[in-house]
Amino acid sequence: MALPNKPKGELKAVRDPEVEEREVDILIVGGGMAACGTAFEVKKWMSDGQSVLLVDKAAMERSGAVAQGLSAINTYIGDNSADDYVRMVRNDLMGIVREDLIFDLGCHVDDSVHLFEEWGLPVWKKTEDGKNLDGKKGLKQGTLKSGATPVRTGKWQIMINGESYKRIVAEAAKLALGDDNILERVFIVELLLDAKNENQIAGAVGFSVRENKVYIIKCKTMMVACGGAVNIYQPRSVGEGKGRAWYPVWNSGSTYTLCMKVGAELSMMENRFTPARFKDGYGPVGAWFLLFKAKALNGLGENYVASDVAKQELENYAPYGTAAITPTCLRNHLMLFEMKAGRGPIIMDTVTALAEIGKTMDKKELKHLESEAWEDFLDMTCGQANLWCATNTEPEKKNSEIMPTEPYLLGSHSGCCGLWCSGPDYDWVPDAYKWGHNGKVYNRMTTVAGLFTSGDGVGCSGHKFSSGSHAEGRMAAKAMVKFVRDNKDYTPTLAKSKEELVDIVYKPVRVFLDNHEYTTAIDINPNYLKPEGMMYRLMKATHEYGAGTATYYQTTSKNLEIVMDLLETMREDCEKLAAGDLHELMRAWEIYHRIWTVESHLRHISYRKETRYPGFYYQADYPKQDDENWFCFTNSKFDPKTQTWDTFKRDYIKIIPD
Amino acid sequence: MPSFVINEKCDGCKGGDKTACMYICPNDLMVLEPNSMKAYNQEPDQCWECFSCVKICPTQAIEVRGYADFVPLGSSIMPMMGTEDVMWTCKFRNGTIKRFKFPIRTTPEGQANAYPDLKGKDLDSDLLSTEEADGYSIPKPQATV
Repeated sequence: MALPNKPKGELKAVRDPEVEEREVDILIVGGGMAACGTAFEVKKWMSDGQSVLLVDKAAMERSGAVAQGLSAINTYIGDNSADDYVRMVRNDLMGIVREDLIFDLGCHVDDSVHLFEEWGLPVWKKTEDGKNLDGKKGLKQGTLKSGATPVRTGKWQIMINGESYKRIVAEAAKLALGDDNILERVFIVELLLDAKNENQIAGAVGFSVRENKVYIIKCKTMMVACGGAVNIYQPRSVGEGKGRAWYPVWNSGSTYTLCMKVGAELSMMENRFTPARFKDGYGPVGAWFLLFKAKALNGLGENYVASDVAKQELENYAPYGTAAITPTCLRNHLMLFEMKAGRGPIIMDTVTALAEIGKTMDKKELKHLESEAWEDFLDMTCGQANLWCATNTEPEKKNSEIMPTEPYLLGSHSGCCGLWCSGPDYDWVPDAYKWGHNGKVYNRMTTVAGLFTSGDGVGCSGHKFSSGSHAEGRMAAKAMVKFVRDNKDYTPTLAKSKEELVDIVYKPVRVFLDNHEYTTAIDINPNYLKPEGMMYRLMKATHEYGAGTATYYQTTSKNLEIVMDLLETMREDCEKLAAGDLHELMRAWEIYHRIWTVESHLRHISYRKETRYPGFYYQADYPKQDDENWFCFTNSKFDPKTQTWDTFKRDYIKIIPD
Repeated sequence: MPSFVINEKCDGCKGGDKTACMYICPNDLMVLEPNSMKAYNQEPDQCWECFSCVKICPTQAIEVRGYADFVPLGSSIMPMMGTEDVMWTCKFRNGTIKRFKFPIRTTPEGQANAYPDLKGKDLDSDLLSTEEADGYSIPKPQATV
């Protein structure tokens, strides 16, 4: 029985939803790794009588970037130093990072990893004679905390059996917070400033995607951690396959848009990540490069990164390009260099790599090696495993193509866009990097009083990954409790009435109900636009003008001028977004959040008159790095009162010596 | 690689307290068709192929068919979730079958230690609650510029 192809969504939206009003001390928006960190930590510092609420768009058990699982934890300091961690991140991100934030994270991340293992996450271990044990067999080696040796693929990465990583982390978060303090399937769409105190957070509004209900939540302090931004550029697969985004397809830039709209300062929004991954399936390449020591070959079969031309090219970007580990963007740059020169496609030589490792192995060990290769995909990118099956690809017999993806915006992986946040209150942290409220410093607070973020939200400090995001959420939790303690007398007051807030949240529903009977086809109507149509419009504009894959990630000042104009019109047309059901209402708000986020990305690219991240994007009018003028942070701020933007520089201050 | 629901196997979770796939899908894709009371993926081109619905379905009614854009027909990968391990069956287009078993957790489900009784002492320090309990001391940069 086929089901009729009718308007999407079975949960119809009504004109006048029920309204639930809440008031809490601490509001956590998001349910991914960072929010789970906050949820685990926060009650351990709260006093009796204080209240907390976590609101997740999905179900915490499988929400956020780790929903599918992971095959590695990419940040575990272990025997390394936080100082070296800063050096690694700084080099990968071409020199301009907030070293206070990165060092601080490096001091706390291992505690979260130790908790994950205690909660039941299987962590691979090395035996005394150098063999790898999976997380179950490795139990007899003891825990990382008790001194057992993890299996390192690189200096910072450790291998795990992480299919249930998020379920385990969410379980602890939910147990710590208590079910009564969690709302799942509620999407927060706008933040609210206080009516009496300028630039202070007072609450948020959102709606349930399961019932016609709007939530108005007042709070004294808030953490917004809703991940990065995905499906903002036309993906390489444009049919069903556009769901196969590298980063989670449901990350809609909400973190950035929610915070920027109340005036929180953004930093390095020009930074993006276009990971090079197995073509189409977007399976991870890290284990292949690091664990299996595979080489990438160009179409002529050459190990192009070892060529003299490649070395010369990297020298143009010294000291980053000539460092022991080539920055991620420059690795892409070399790949694109080959492709543009007609020496594509790029091939991961899995056959040679496995044959080389296999030379020293017996049959049982070989079988285990094969299993490790498949687990890398099955733990975190199941679809890549199926693509191998569908194309009869056994990696020991047949090589696979790799390719840079469409652009993504994020602050926790190998990218660093996000909010401009205070660092910790240590004497070694420059004054320009710490701030707070009423003379006190609050770590990870944005420039709006009481508004905190973590994970993908905190800018200028990439390479946190899953573990670092969790730890950062915990750090923010403590600062938030401190904020509540220090601001006992603050009572949040909303400027808008209940009716006005419902009007905002349910506007797409009302636009739909007011107009949908005019035409015979529900998706085509001159008086409204469905979110799907707007999504395609956004993707086309960014793809063609905003340094998408169409132009090998290149743009120009003129192209940027055109796309900024298109985006302004899109924002105007968002007033006519229409949603006939609750799922579509979610999509309407998501595309709205994406448009604002992309606009800030391109505003920053326009402002930074250099090409800082070759391989991620190229500003063709300014094709080189310009340290003299641009060795600084580029920040921007939207003024919610005047509805105008300001874009400006902030000093980079080096803290950790080379 | 959108998920699909096998008509005969889906019972709409009518005996359960929630519709499992609808509960778990991180992108709100799985819904019940009100007449048949069976689930379907309402927006296959927004499916991340995360397999959350496949793994949670109590009747194993959900599988995944590769994205039409780039995945040839004829293959399948299916997880079988246990309490400690997941068993994957990977079928190739050419008939080859591979099976893999991986650990998923080392503690019983629901038993993660959330430290419910742990209370932090010094709110003004920069120590996290478990770090404080362990007597951890936060390092300083070895040198600064």
